[in-house]
Amino acid sequence: MADFVQIFVLSITAGSVYALIALGYTMVYGILKFINFAHSDVVVLGSWVSYTVAAFMFSRLHVDAEHPPLWIGAVVLLAAMAYCALSGYVIERFAYKPLRRAPRLNVLITAIGVSLFLQNCGQLTPYNLTSQGDLRFPFGASPQRMPDLLGENMSNDDRVMWSISFAPDANGYAPRVVVSKIDFSIVVSALVLMLALEILIHRTKIGMGMRAVSYNFDIAALMGVPVNAIISFTFVLGSSLAAAAGFLYALAFPGLNQPAHEVWVLLGLKAFVAAVVGGIGNVRGAALGGFLIAFVEMFGMRYIDSNLRDVYVFAVLILVLLVRPSGLLGSPEREKV
Amino acid sequence: MALLEIAKLNVHYGAIHALHDVTLEVADGQIVTLIGANGAGKSTTLRSVSGLLRPTSGDIRFKGQSIVGRPPHELVRMGIAQAPEGRGIFANFTVAENLDIGAYARRDQAAIRADRERALTLFPRLRERIRQNAGTLSGGEQQMLAIARALMTRPQLLLLDEPSLGLAPQIVQTIFHIIREINASGTTVLLVEQNAHMALHTAHYAYVLEVGEVVMGDKAAVLAKSDAVRKAYLGVA
Repeated sequence: MADFVQIFVLSITAGSVYALIALGYTMVYGILKFINFAHSDVVVLGSWVSYTVAAFMFSRLHVDAEHPPLWIGAVVLLAAMAYCALSGYVIERFAYKPLRRAPRLNVLITAIGVSLFLQNCGQLTPYNLTSQGDLRFPFGASPQRMPDLLGENMSNDDRVMWSISFAPDANGYAPRVVVSKIDFSIVVSALVLMLALEILIHRTKIGMGMRAVSYNFDIAALMGVPVNAIISFTFVLGSSLAAAAGFLYALAFPGLNQPAHEVWVLLGLKAFVAAVVGGIGNVRGAALGGFLIAFVEMFGMRYIDSNLRDVYVFAVLILVLLVRPSGLLGSPEREKV
Repeated sequence: MALLEIAKLNVHYGAIHALHDVTLEVADGQIVTLIGANGAGKSTTLRSVSGLLRPTSGDIRFKGQSIVGRPPHELVRMGIAQAPEGRGIFANFTVAENLDIGAYARRDQAAIRADRERALTLFPRLRERIRQNAGTLSGGEQQMLAIARALMTRPQLLLLDEPSLGLAPQIVQTIFHIIREINASGTTVLLVEQNAHMALHTAHYAYVLEVGEVVMGDKAAVLAKSDAVRKAYLGVA
């Protein structure tokens, strides 16, 4: 029982990260009808910018590494979101906008090109931007360790947010379910961001513009919606969420792999699967898909075979594509004529 | 000076020359109609005016100012609204949201509320269905919504593309009646129609397009009596 609950907690945590990334895929698809393969590289950018900013702040502010103030985490998150938002804007402006009327395949291939470009630029030998050498950019080809922003690597007790003890078994062993501060921060930040996005899309004017553009460019434009501005905004939004996901991922797994490492590719692919499973183009579907994928992955790992964790995710994809190709919440477009 | 002046407009779709030197005028306060067969270039003309198409040559002037090359959302702010062919309502939005998006470029909240009220008075059917998904409306109701939504931009010039398309005769009567009401309250209308009978009956002035060229232009009442128009478009021998 404790085991089950613990896996449940881990699934919610992993699902939050998948969902945040999946939202970016699905929003861009909803509007431009292509898969932005460079999206996962923006997540990587988010992780590495988080690391860069955090390392710089720890170096300059003489932070008590065991108990760093929480606002540092907030500054790092905002810095990563701002940097990725700008990157998303630039990527759209220079790589995708010139192809607005081009065939989808051209845009798709361009997206793969952007992805490779970001991966390889990320690994360029870093320059020291300061004389002390504590601010380096770009990121280089060696792994780094994300500074501990929650001060919880120090001892086991510091890690714990909540701990639930279960009744001891016959051998007197009392299992514990632990919700760590990291789990808690990840889930809360992700839920706040997703809620904000939901409100933005359904309750604000710009959200209405996004929905209109995703329905039809021309008709949206005829209603006075500035289509290009809305598309830019969508990239900015998706990239900020990707940055948040990258930041949270780096908190959970502080051993940062170099930007072209396969773990990033796999992370991006799984989030993409989440978007497709939920119904690509559907924002709520992406969130649902993220959690579903995480549950299948985590429970499969625990109760079937941990070596096959990736297999479960892609098996879900195949199953959904066979049974319900438009995804769980996606519906084929219907219009009365 | 006319509200809208189109001079020697040429439009190509790839190698196809869709409009040849189209020249026409829409006087302020009138209903002007473009009639013609399928593929004559009626919609192409409208789409050029609303900025969806970029002409290869020629000029389009609105209130004396050239508007060629401006994006549609800017033209909406200038006072040109189009209810597109096939209605093009947002099927996954509610009726209320469809009206709201018509006011997307506006900031004058009080006037928006007044215009919304006016649109709903013009189309009482929409008021009954205000919370419904627009995709569930009947064809006639969707057309009403498309016109109401265009009115929400508070246009000086309303472009209507085939408002009678696919509708029952009785609904067509209602729609044209409302078009006259909209015009009577000060909005200039450029109406593209295949239903030449209704169009000539409604409009002040009319142009006939044939294979991308304006072949006739006169007072609607005069054209309705012309033999050529009666034979070709009114089905009268």
